[in-house]
Amino acid sequence: MPQTLTANGFMGVDSRLSFRVCPISHVSDAAANDESESPDRRRAAWMAAAQAGDRRAYEKLLADSIALIRIAARRQGVAVDHLDDVVQETLITVHRVRHTYDPARSYDAWLSAIASRRAIDALRSRGRRDSREVHDEFAVERHADVDDASAATELGQRAQHLRAAIAELPPGQREAVEQLGLQEHSLQEAEELTGRKSGALKVNLHRALKSLRERFQGEP
Amino acid sequence: MSAPRPHEALIDRLGTDLVPVRRLLPPWMRAAAWLLVVAIIAGLLVMHFGIGGMLRRFAGTPDLGWAGVGAVLTAISAAWVAFSLGVPGRRASWAWLPVPGALLWIGASGMGCLRDWVAPGTQIAGMHQSADCLVFIVSLSVPLSVLLIVLLRRAYPVRPVLTAVMIGLASAAASASLLEICHSYDAAATDLLTHALAVVLVIAANAAMGGRLLSKAEIPLA
Repeated sequence: MPQTLTANGFMGVDSRLSFRVCPISHVSDAAANDESESPDRRRAAWMAAAQAGDRRAYEKLLADSIALIRIAARRQGVAVDHLDDVVQETLITVHRVRHTYDPARSYDAWLSAIASRRAIDALRSRGRRDSREVHDEFAVERHADVDDASAATELGQRAQHLRAAIAELPPGQREAVEQLGLQEHSLQEAEELTGRKSGALKVNLHRALKSLRERFQGEP
Repeated sequence: MSAPRPHEALIDRLGTDLVPVRRLLPPWMRAAAWLLVVAIIAGLLVMHFGIGGMLRRFAGTPDLGWAGVGAVLTAISAAWVAFSLGVPGRRASWAWLPVPGALLWIGASGMGCLRDWVAPGTQIAGMHQSADCLVFIVSLSVPLSVLLIVLLRRAYPVRPVLTAVMIGLASAAASASLLEICHSYDAAATDLLTHALAVVLVIAANAAMGGRLLSKAEIPLA
């Protein structure tokens, strides 16, 4: 396999790739200027340039990747306030495994696979941490705020109403709310636990929320 | 394009650390390198045991030949899939690719259970010989699996356990194929069970240990 580092910094894997990637020293500029190019191909060209050591293309690529990483992490069920952690982990992973990217293939698919993996790792790591640590609810139970007993009672009553309303939902909708809403499982996890398709879970959740909203509308 | 503020510093640091990298070779090329090692072992076994015995057995009982073809196809496809899964973004459904070869391998081997009916009087393996087969497959699978893991060290398998299962399947199938060269017995139920046990052992050991080894290549969460 001929692998050459040419004078302009292009590291060609083989002639096939060289043709597809095109003259790399101009790739980042060309990609930046060519608005008609698809975003995926533009990012692929930036990554090809980054593999050859082009820092400008690399920084543009990483900045451009953040939105895609957030989407992939959300899809895995990462909570919004933990998205930045996954973005950082994914960017570091991208840096370490950038040699595994083949510019002839989709950059977005490559990045999404890494982001999904890091999101799952983050969820697992958080799950393990949560199982070791004392939950906040525990602390609240043991050190209840005695000064605001009425507010606590009101909150308790509202939670009870909500629980009763959820219990009255049709089984499919109740399952969707419990898995996705209350237990905060990702769609993939909920799919595995319930044996239902993600589409059905989403529809059931949507219907459940709609019916709960209608039920509680008008209540204080 | 400007990055959201919390990530600017990290992107800047990663940009500073950027050096040119050597791209990973395509999966088919790395699979070919591994298969070349298997072919060299096959050549050595043929030189030692000769090819006549194997061809005679295949001529007498063609289903054994088909089982050998199935094992070879399984080894080739599982090795390619293992290397493919080491590249993020490749579909996990490629893991089904070795299934047809494995079905041919298992199905044709299963015909050996009917050996007495298909070819009465053929010499079949007893428990002792079957144990030899188990030792052969397991002991040859270990270095072949290690070699695959070494060849995957620069990869990033996003599904380490599935990749390890493919490594185990490729190694076990390659070992079973190589066994055909020096296998003096026709398949019987005991022999088939031993082969199946060896394959399951190799795959399970890889899934348990290989998955962990491949995961170690990853970057732990802070």
